[in-house]
Amino acid sequence: MSTTDPRTENFPLAAESREAMEGALREQRPLTPTERVIAGVEAYTPEEAAERTLANEMLADTRPGVRQPLLINLGPNHPSTHGVLRLIVELDGEVVKEVTPVIGYLHTGIEKQCENKTWWQAITLVTRMDYLAPFANITAYTMSVEKLLGIEVPSRAEWIRVLLGEMNRLASHLVWLGTSGLELGAMSVFFYCYRERDQLLDLFEMVSGERMNHRYFQVGGCAQDLPPGFIERVRAFTDEMPKRIDEYEALLTGNPIWKDRMKGIGVLPAGELLALGVTGPTLRAAGVPYDLRKVAPYSGYEHFEFDVPTATEGDSFARYLVRVQEMRESLRIIRQVIDGMPEGRVIADDRKVVLPPREELAYSMEALIHHFKLVSEGFTVPAGEAYAPIESPRGEMGCYVVSDGGPKPHRVHMRDPSFVNLQATAPLCKGNYLADLIAIVATLDPVMGGVDR
Amino acid sequence: MSDVSAQIEAVTPGAVVAEFTHVGELTVEVRRERIVEACRALRDGPGQFALLSDVTCADFPDEPGRFRMAYHLASIQTGSRVRLRAWAGALEPEIESVTSVWPGANWMEREVYDQFGVHFAGHPDLCRILNPLDWSGHPLRRDYPIGGEEVQFTDAE
Repeated sequence: MSTTDPRTENFPLAAESREAMEGALREQRPLTPTERVIAGVEAYTPEEAAERTLANEMLADTRPGVRQPLLINLGPNHPSTHGVLRLIVELDGEVVKEVTPVIGYLHTGIEKQCENKTWWQAITLVTRMDYLAPFANITAYTMSVEKLLGIEVPSRAEWIRVLLGEMNRLASHLVWLGTSGLELGAMSVFFYCYRERDQLLDLFEMVSGERMNHRYFQVGGCAQDLPPGFIERVRAFTDEMPKRIDEYEALLTGNPIWKDRMKGIGVLPAGELLALGVTGPTLRAAGVPYDLRKVAPYSGYEHFEFDVPTATEGDSFARYLVRVQEMRESLRIIRQVIDGMPEGRVIADDRKVVLPPREELAYSMEALIHHFKLVSEGFTVPAGEAYAPIESPRGEMGCYVVSDGGPKPHRVHMRDPSFVNLQATAPLCKGNYLADLIAIVATLDPVMGGVDR
Repeated sequence: MSDVSAQIEAVTPGAVVAEFTHVGELTVEVRRERIVEACRALRDGPGQFALLSDVTCADFPDEPGRFRMAYHLASIQTGSRVRLRAWAGALEPEIESVTSVWPGANWMEREVYDQFGVHFAGHPDLCRILNPLDWSGHPLRRDYPIGGEEVQFTDAE
């Protein structure tokens, strides 16, 4: 297939450049900075190309001390970028001058799909966004729907949500710590972290039947009560885990290579991070104690005692320390939950929203009708809009839902912390070495499933 | 009138169209020409809404304004929240970009542009972000056709 330059210059274009220029041509506007970087040299007008050639000739100076700029492409399939993240990096020697993140490689249109499912079916979709924190996604979604319905969640269900949410935070931070270690050459940490994460996944499987993407929370509470023996196994895990965290810290915190690669790298003042919308451990490592579990407690977090770890340096090492400390605080919360778990229902008693208990279907005609209506048509939600923010392992995860009063959402939008935090990549990396870019992206902890949705 | 509306009105009189509280959330509707002034007033005002949580949009094809923008602002000190709402218009939807107030609005507005086709005047880098750059149409519009995707590979040959 032969294609020509849309500017009638008659030279073949790479498919990617063509793609980048297509939208701008259709809308009759100039290329934006991002489009221009993606389009590369093909995007130049003849005059610009001539200028560039001249500039290149000047830069082809090979005398010592004269540096040449270099454009390299990291990803989208790069082993160190935590998923399909593409970074186009302009280098001066080994120093990063400009970074252009390109995302969308994992875009699955979940928000659109939700509009064509019932409120009830959409739960299955939202768990698949941020695949390392499915319990956070599902909590945000169910909480926003519950807000619109005005439905009261029983306290046992809220406590279970806190318990699984904190275990999820641990599991997510373990993946983060393991992969970050791997990227900086600390291979054994990866194996240790995944060993403990696997124990957590076993526990998730025990409670929900799935190791990932658990569809365990329902609108109104939880799908089932905790299985027998679960609390004991969680207790055994929380007794074991502090020693494990000590092990990770023994391997990393004092490690001179780890410190050299992390300290003073990727610093932005708190004000700038806040202006970029960055939340979560990244913001807390810069000294802002903004944690939604404390600032605006939800789902019963006000009942638990825990601290919000912060640091002041704002560098990669501070982000590491904050996350490790957060793992210890999560264990503290988990211990309080399993010690004081209230008895009672695990889901609200509202037959128009909640499925009837399985055994009732055998003898109650009414339960059978309710079950049929809920599964086939779904429940309706009063018209309005609601936004429910929660603290996911990566920051503020919010779910914005709009209802038109029907059985399907009019709009579901997830404010994913990875998406917003990733904007800080370019300002954080500028002026650092290329090798540090990997460490900085690692400590930002983006999950591309959440970024692209 | 709530404190939030009063704050906006003090800086840019006549900007607030309506306000109401639903399911415990305060929503302030502002005129679309005043969205940047309203945001700046809230960011710098005594309420200290320093964090722009989210910028998003919902499509209402039957409404005269059609695209309803929602800006979720939060205070990091008190945790209080407010939603600003503005209608971007049905034909050639356009609203001013708030990137001058919060640089973090950059990607959020790009996403709304990509998915809804709302133009943000004064945005430094308004191109598609989630969909391929040469994608045609705006998928999250209610009238965007769904289903019927062409099957690329099949074993029935």
